[in-house]
Amino acid sequence: MKPRTKFLIGATLILMVAGYLMASSIRDTGVYYVTPTELAAKLEKDPSLRGVGIKMGARVVPGTIQRAAGGREYAFQVTDGARVVPVVYRGIAPDTFTDGVDVVVEGRMGQDGTFHATTLLAKCASRYENAPEKYRNTPGYKAATTPRA
Amino acid sequence: MIVVGELSLWIALLMATWCATVSFAGGLGRRADLIRSGERASYAASAFTLLAAIGLWKALLSRDFSLAYVASQISANMPNVYVFTAFWSGQAGSMLFWALILSLYSAIAVWSNRASNRELMPFVTGTLAAVLVFFLATTAFKANPYSRLDWLPIDGRGMNPQLQNPGMAIHPPNLYLGYVATAIPFAFAIAALVTRRLDAEWLAAVRRWSLLSWFFLTIGIVLGMWWAYVELGWGGYWAWDPVENASFLPWLTGTAFLHSIMIQEKRGMLRKWNVTLVVVTFLLSILGTFITRSGIIESVHSFAQSPVGSWFAAFLAVSIAVTAYLVATRLHDLETKAGLESMVSREAAFLYNNLLLVGIAFSVLWGTLFPILSEWVRGEKITVGPPFFNAVNIPLGLLLLGLTGVGPLIAWRKASLSNLRRQFLVPALSGVAFTALLLALGMRNGYALVSYMLAAFVAATIVQEFAKGVGARRSIHRESLPIAFVHLVARNRRRYGGYIVHAGIVMLFAAFAGLAFRKEFDVSLTASQAFEATDPYGRRWRFVSQGVSTAKTLNRLVTAVALEVQRDGKPVGFIKTEKRQYFDSQERPTFEPSTEVGIKTEARLDTYVVLAGVRDDSAELRITFNPLVIWVWIGGALMALGGIVVMWPQAERRRQSGYAAQLRPATQAEEAVPVG
Repeated sequence: MKPRTKFLIGATLILMVAGYLMASSIRDTGVYYVTPTELAAKLEKDPSLRGVGIKMGARVVPGTIQRAAGGREYAFQVTDGARVVPVVYRGIAPDTFTDGVDVVVEGRMGQDGTFHATTLLAKCASRYENAPEKYRNTPGYKAATTPRA
Repeated sequence: MIVVGELSLWIALLMATWCATVSFAGGLGRRADLIRSGERASYAASAFTLLAAIGLWKALLSRDFSLAYVASQISANMPNVYVFTAFWSGQAGSMLFWALILSLYSAIAVWSNRASNRELMPFVTGTLAAVLVFFLATTAFKANPYSRLDWLPIDGRGMNPQLQNPGMAIHPPNLYLGYVATAIPFAFAIAALVTRRLDAEWLAAVRRWSLLSWFFLTIGIVLGMWWAYVELGWGGYWAWDPVENASFLPWLTGTAFLHSIMIQEKRGMLRKWNVTLVVVTFLLSILGTFITRSGIIESVHSFAQSPVGSWFAAFLAVSIAVTAYLVATRLHDLETKAGLESMVSREAAFLYNNLLLVGIAFSVLWGTLFPILSEWVRGEKITVGPPFFNAVNIPLGLLLLGLTGVGPLIAWRKASLSNLRRQFLVPALSGVAFTALLLALGMRNGYALVSYMLAAFVAATIVQEFAKGVGARRSIHRESLPIAFVHLVARNRRRYGGYIVHAGIVMLFAAFAGLAFRKEFDVSLTASQAFEATDPYGRRWRFVSQGVSTAKTLNRLVTAVALEVQRDGKPVGFIKTEKRQYFDSQERPTFEPSTEVGIKTEARLDTYVVLAGVRDDSAELRITFNPLVIWVWIGGALMALGGIVVMWPQAERRRQSGYAAQLRPATQAEEAVPVG
């Protein structure tokens, strides 16, 4: 066998293993990234999605964050403007988690219609560029200071 | 000065456009006057871009809040050092910063080649100017840092406190210096393709630029890891975040190129591959800048919102089309002269090294873009996270680590059995012995054991090489040990600098494997309450809360908790962690509160404490034992050091002008001696 052929066999083997690892880990660990509206539509079509890992991006409804006394459990609501979903989360919330911020929660939709989150990420619209929404309305922080360019 | 800067931006754009036009025209029409004009325009574009940059710095430092960029990036009471770094903290400024570095690099490349590579240079100058036109035009039309507000704010919005960190002050410039440096090899590749001069000439011209890019990317990435670790407070330094991946991609393909270039120099193989790698590395740098700046991955809708998004997409598409056309029409000129002679040879090891590096790059790119791809193809956004990247990249990375030991020592063309035995017997035994030791000590994690076996193997190959070299010098030149070591490295910088880089890689892998043993605890402590835990080495730790305190300083309100720490009953000092709320000169809060992590570093592990919040006098803390983290920073520093050794210019000059060169004039292929 020519060395070139041998090399190509080895290369194919490596690429096949890499491809298999990629495909299998996407199948096993890939999660849907949905908005509350998309989530509702999905659940209507396929109720078995309750209990499947899902990522949801939405905005925290101001005034809904409740923190269990002494504990690390948070209950709040998120919305995409059309639908509101109640969420419970156990763990340490990030610094940026407050009213009105965009969050990404990862977890499962429970039978009770509440989203049980295991991770909670909060983000600013453009991570380091824009101040949180609420300051835009304070005097001296007109939206004009938020050039998206 | 600010008006001068604004005006200079437009003049620089004109100059760069002129430069690109006449350089290509001069090169194609072989008109010396046009070529000269293009080179002068390149210097001029560089000078005016510098003026534009100085103008923006001036606006920032004089806190001219009539500029939207200044008002959105800083506040009056921020220290000057972070006002200075605000230049590249926002989108508009960072676009100008890209253009600034590119224009300066271009001027250096044009100047240093004013008497060499004359056939290539018009196209190099032209290509660089074309890229500069893109960045200046995007800055001027779509993200102009000089655009003004129609009203004058009392104060600016201030900088995100997470960016007010020394690491963040130097991490982006390094990354940009690395990203932008890939443009020079790209320009030479385009020039070589256009002129069909695809031999070693252009490779020799770009090697140092590729190294420079690799060097800055390495520093930039490691600094980014350090910043994420000390500032973000989630306990780790790498999260496979799209922005991190974006900086990792050109590093991977750039590293592949630095290895495959040796095969072309030595054996004339891989000509198509090398051109492709250079182009891909540049495109990934552009993509990286774009991902970092647009947030396209994180948010479904930001692609449309980001004003520079469509421009970047168009630029990427044009670059891909142009290079694909050039490569396709020059396939014949890129035919390889030699082939692979044996599977047991350095060529084969390097080919596998390239395959793995590019394979890792592909999987990282795939995982990073998967949310977008799945949305396009299936209409559903599916994301993949660290489990995906780890599942694919740990096995590939470990194979690569093994090759790090094999590649530099195995013979070219075809290795003999005696070559293999001489080079690999001791390292292989070292790897097995070290694994046996770890097993005996009770380590049972499979991936970690394989990592440490390979790390010990590679470390032994490196030690063996240095020992042989130093031993030879000592017996021939009768030098003392340190002198022999210094001379050994100095006389063969490319080879031993490469080994130093590899030693850094070994440390990084050893540190990564340590993460398999990290431990995390969430605790609530009131004043004088204690928490006890056992670290991965089996040592007992005791943390006693000293209570919560608050303090107000120049621009922030600080809530702090200190823990008295004991290890195995002995006091080892205090760890302090803070929550900070920044405010502007009117005492209005800017941004959300941020966390100041408390870290106690030892060679064996970091004790990492985050204050999550305070509730009823009780501090909620997350305490993490992070094994071996310090070796990430030491390994990164070692890689940078190795990079400097390899790049140090004197070695080549001596080879060219030294005594040996006079006796036997080196051909271009010989002049660039590969590692090993």
